[in-house]
Amino acid sequence: MELTGAEIVVQSLAAEGVEFVFGYPGGSVLHIYDELFKQDKVKHVLVRHEQGAAHAADGYSRASRKVGVCLVTSGPGVTNAVTGIATAYMDSIPMIIITGQVPTHAIGLDAFQEVDTVGITRPCVKHNFLVKDVRDLAVTMKKAFHIATTGRPGPVLVDIPKDVTAERCEFIYPERVEMRTYQPVVRGHSGQISQALELLLQAKRPMIYTGGGIVLADASNELARLVHKLGFPCTNTLMGLGGFPGTDPQFVGMLGMHGTYEANMAMQHCDVLLAIGARFDDRVIGDPRDFARISRRIIHVDVDPSSISKRVRVDVPIVGDVREVLLELTAQLEAHAGSVDKPALDAWWTQINEWRGRDCLRYDRTANIIKPQYVVEKLWEVTGGDAIVTSDVGQHQMWAAQFYKFDKPRRWINSGGLGTMGFGLPSAMGARMANPDATVACVTGEASIQMCIQELSTCKQYHLPIKIVNLNNRYMGMVRQWQEFFHGNRYAESYMDALPDFVRLAEAYGHAGMRIDKPADVEPALREAFARTDQLVFLDFITDATENVYPMVAGGKGLTDMILAEDL
Amino acid sequence: MQHIISILLENEAGALSRVAGLFSARAYNIESLTVAPTEDPLVSRMTIVTSGSADVIEQITKQLNKLIEVVKVVDLCEAGHLARELMLIKVKATGAARDEMKRMADIFRGRIVDVTDAIYVIELTGNGSKLDAFIEAIDADLILETVRTGVCGIARGDRVLSV
Repeated sequence: MELTGAEIVVQSLAAEGVEFVFGYPGGSVLHIYDELFKQDKVKHVLVRHEQGAAHAADGYSRASRKVGVCLVTSGPGVTNAVTGIATAYMDSIPMIIITGQVPTHAIGLDAFQEVDTVGITRPCVKHNFLVKDVRDLAVTMKKAFHIATTGRPGPVLVDIPKDVTAERCEFIYPERVEMRTYQPVVRGHSGQISQALELLLQAKRPMIYTGGGIVLADASNELARLVHKLGFPCTNTLMGLGGFPGTDPQFVGMLGMHGTYEANMAMQHCDVLLAIGARFDDRVIGDPRDFARISRRIIHVDVDPSSISKRVRVDVPIVGDVREVLLELTAQLEAHAGSVDKPALDAWWTQINEWRGRDCLRYDRTANIIKPQYVVEKLWEVTGGDAIVTSDVGQHQMWAAQFYKFDKPRRWINSGGLGTMGFGLPSAMGARMANPDATVACVTGEASIQMCIQELSTCKQYHLPIKIVNLNNRYMGMVRQWQEFFHGNRYAESYMDALPDFVRLAEAYGHAGMRIDKPADVEPALREAFARTDQLVFLDFITDATENVYPMVAGGKGLTDMILAEDL
Repeated sequence: MQHIISILLENEAGALSRVAGLFSARAYNIESLTVAPTEDPLVSRMTIVTSGSADVIEQITKQLNKLIEVVKVVDLCEAGHLARELMLIKVKATGAARDEMKRMADIFRGRIVDVTDAIYVIELTGNGSKLDAFIEAIDADLILETVRTGVCGIARGDRVLSV
């Protein structure tokens, strides 16, 4: 049957099982919107800014292990979405971005709302396509989904000129696509895996360090099984939280710039390190030369070969899907006659528990002003530790990561790689669309929330009862903290002057708002807000303006060079 | 150290800019880059001369392999290889210098491919240092224009780069 390009786009989405498209209409996508209007398989969610569309599709994907889809028009529609696309790219989130383009005959002539979409987005997508012939459209859509979801996932953009969406051709949606240039490795090398196992069994001071790859590969059960069998300590990166249960005794907390004392010390002092789905980035190990100061054997499992030996030389590289590799590693362990070095491991745990004794996350619980850490602790209690928590970027993000103990994957949704302020609210929308019965909280700050606050309107339209936990300290807190530590207390432009009344703002959008300024009111306010399951509640917590995130490894320093609260 | 990276890639619009963009985005050095279709019109072959530590070259090949349109990547410098570059050089050729220029071209096994009463265009092929040596050997004031293709290379013996 002959279909128009616009029909092919919508039929392809339906064939991929897409439930929601997050988007914003405009001139060059009108044919596609017309087709969306005529059917009811693929639902459209109208955001209020294209950045919100990209973040919502991203949050949907992170919370559901499905592909997030975003649809925007040419020119400013694309450029507005770029921040969201780059955010998804840095965190390897499978996402499809469909962008309108000016008609093929107008490309390159500086037409109205023309931008070189493929050129602008090239460095922040896994791949992109410009479809100039309607006959290529269906197979391109299939390739886009295939590339986005396999190997190391990532956003894939399909740019479609307006005339292509109007032209007709025969539509057959391919069952599968074969690409000779793209064949991601799935199974890890068995020989490498047995080498890894030998190292693990010889270890005196072993450490398991896992990242977002565990979450993306849905490998948290397999990870927990291996960690429990080995009895080794386990740390997660910011992106990996929930990949291993946050309340498990073998969990030593997050590592890195704001990681726990015990996680960073164990990371630095281990003799065998098993890294899985993580990439030794600058916020995780600090200065790589300092990290290499102490010699250790490193096993690195990752689906992306270019992540291996990029910042840190490793001894046993294993390229493959981390879930497949974990399954085989565990199977080899079970079949192995040997066992771990128990006395050495006991001594190592004694050392780790001594480090734990520093209680590096402690804060002043007697203050008569609200401490932001306290709000997150209470949030964890009130939601039974089982909410989907999104966050923006800054101090509140770090407190949420440190104090909300995520036991399950895909509960913690944040922009770890790009560090995008404005991510929290729209990604919470996507997370809620993906999980219509879930409790969804957005932990944010008064600066970040204003970067995508327009989405409060989208939340109203689609009845998304998100709870916004605003840790309002009147500062861009992390900027202020760096200025305090490294710039002589000169708080250049980090004070948030002229803040809106968030309660009335929430009310103006048709939601409820609460302002909380006493520690004693924190828990009752949270309980009241989360009891209102049918309403978005904006909780504006007036918190200590001078509180800092500890521990802290300053940029470019070694991992054990931590600033602790007790040092001050 | 200098490396010659040979790449087979799908002959598609934008493939070149993906490779070039990768090098600039990740601050890898490009000394020369050549690209042209192969005997298979669907495949282009690109040769990039770059330099960097072993770690950097490893990352370059890994990152290139990640690009969807890249079919194969090989570092020719890992084994015996041939590297050639072509240069066209336009020189003044009048008076005594005219005969001297012809002699120099012969010594370097160059060919004079265009002649006027005052000008030669000389075609020279060889590795980069040979072309540099020719430029050094002739009087700089006589050089009007040079154009070089950049290096293309191929492995010696039975090593073959194909799809």
